[in-house]
Amino acid sequence: MTAPTTEAEDAPAASWASVRGGAGDRIFSGAALLAGLSILAALAGVFIFLAIKGVTGFTKPAEVYGPHAESFVGYVVPLLVGTFTASIIALIIAVPLAFGIALVISHYAPRWIAAPVAYVIDLLAAVPSVVYGLWGAFYLAKKLVPMHQWLHDHLGPIPVIGHLFGEPSPAGRTLLTAGIVLAIMILPIITAITREVFSRTPRLHEEAALALGATRWEMVRMTVFPYARSGMVSAVMLGLGRALGETMAVTMVLSVGFDLSWNVLATSSPTSIAANIALKYKERSADLLNVLVATGLVLFLLTFLVNFLARWIVGRSERRMAR
Amino acid sequence: MAKSIDVSDVNIYYGDFLAVQGVNMTVRAGAVTAFIGPSGCGKSTFLRSLNRMHEVIPGARVEGKIVVDGQDLYEPGVDPVAVRRQVGMVFQRPNPFPTMSIYDNVLAGLKLNAGKLKKNAADEVVEKSLRGANLWNEVKDRLNKPGMGLSGGQQQRLCIARAIAVEPQILLMDEPCSALDPISTSAIEDLIHELKNDYTIVIVTHNMQQAARVSDDTGFFNLKATGEPGHLVEFNPTKKMFANPDDPATEAYISGRFG
Ligand SMILES: Nc1ncnc2c1ncn2[C@@H]1O[C@H](COP(=O)(O)OP(=O)(O)OP(=O)(O)O)[C@@H](O)[C@H]1O
Ligand SMILES: [Mg+2]
Repeated sequence: MTAPTTEAEDAPAASWASVRGGAGDRIFSGAALLAGLSILAALAGVFIFLAIKGVTGFTKPAEVYGPHAESFVGYVVPLLVGTFTASIIALIIAVPLAFGIALVISHYAPRWIAAPVAYVIDLLAAVPSVVYGLWGAFYLAKKLVPMHQWLHDHLGPIPVIGHLFGEPSPAGRTLLTAGIVLAIMILPIITAITREVFSRTPRLHEEAALALGATRWEMVRMTVFPYARSGMVSAVMLGLGRALGETMAVTMVLSVGFDLSWNVLATSSPTSIAANIALKYKERSADLLNVLVATGLVLFLLTFLVNFLARWIVGRSERRMAR
Repeated sequence: MAKSIDVSDVNIYYGDFLAVQGVNMTVRAGAVTAFIGPSGCGKSTFLRSLNRMHEVIPGARVEGKIVVDGQDLYEPGVDPVAVRRQVGMVFQRPNPFPTMSIYDNVLAGLKLNAGKLKKNAADEVVEKSLRGANLWNEVKDRLNKPGMGLSGGQQQRLCIARAIAVEPQILLMDEPCSALDPISTSAIEDLIHELKNDYTIVIVTHNMQQAARVSDDTGFFNLKATGEPGHLVEFNPTKKMFANPDDPATEAYISGRFG
């Protein structure tokens, strides 16, 4: 392109110039950028706070970590195991259920039934976690004792995974119960988000599948899932985030122990990081507080990592497609 | 392979709204039948009732008989999924599956029918269908690229390839060229000419010349008045329709002296 440079000034360019000056566009894009940056800043702020307050927590004298551990690693590993075991149990239960419910609401149920069901699921999200904790500890735990026994009897003898189903607790206040309560708590958010992305699938693509003679389920597999994949991962990640960070329900349901064990049916199990912070926060010494913050930092980084990995896996398959 | 369609006393509803009323016609096997008529007169609605795609819309239903190969498509017990495997459809806007490659797009329908195919059988079908849709030479070097990366006209021919890959008896096309340039349009018209050896083709078009060029029979749909349901005014061989129509309304529409 050869741009006329000198004539440009006296050319009658006025009518071609932007009439509205684009001020609105600039204000909006500035505001959007600001909002985006402020989230990054908040995240960085949290990280810096955790790092500064927590870094000394990694190397305290042995007695601070006592009585059950001698070093930070010994202190945090059982907590991590507790945190992730409970969260993974929650995801295993909640994710298929949530996807199923979302799909029924968006593609199978007639509208007069889908709308109220969606509403009730959303209501579940509004119940405070103390209520779930109370319910889990005083009602659900007892009801689940027979299931614990059953799991132990049937899955216990299997090699490898049998370790997960060791001697069952007679009270039922176990990691498994905590995981189930967490599953109910994260169900609404996963359902709500996936329902939304499922129902956004372009009609054009759905009809393309149906016109080829796809059944409804085949149509869902060909168009809805591929279209919604990224949203489904986001939903699971938000659910996982809530499960990892949940304090009250875990604190109340689980009877806490400190032995590192893979038995999700055990009488006492390591609690989660968040619940542990809530438990110890009051009896804090300055030293213990540093340690607690350090555990928080570990959780923060691990959550970040899990999220990042999930994104990467989804992105990879999409990139492969776009190659 | 090609089959005729006998339509008798068909009424088509959206909920309580009667969109198309009292259609009777016979679509000949192995011929191209065009539907013309003003916007909103129910051409798409009627076309979609021919492969039971109409009822995909909540509350939509069809009354009357549509008989293909001796079988009424709307008889209780007839599976709409099976109907759609016999009666393929190409839409107004090209709609290849966005997450699939060109190769997988062509095979999408076939995988539903036949399950897993052997690699060389699949390759053969892909080549045959893409050649059938006049697209093979343009895409043979990039079969693994996404179907969305093609131009609009190429995407539409990909959709035709996808539809003919399952070897239906009848192919429905709803304004397949309305989003395309004259060259792609002419490519698709040539294609329709070739396809009619193997398939019964029904095409909706707003382009009179196109109807005259590609079709053997033409149906003219119209609204009796605004707010009234659409109906079939005249159904005749295309030559007669464009030279000497029976109905004055048809003549007015074709010659551009319409309302
Ligand atoms: N999903 C729908 N729900 C309710 N009414 C509809 C729906 N789709 C179409 N209609 C109505 O049915 C009538 C026929 O519409 P149709 O789309 O079949 O017209 P058409 O002849 O294909 O028009 P065009 O040439 O503009 O594509 C119109 O009155 C339209 O408003
Ligand atoms: Mg139409």
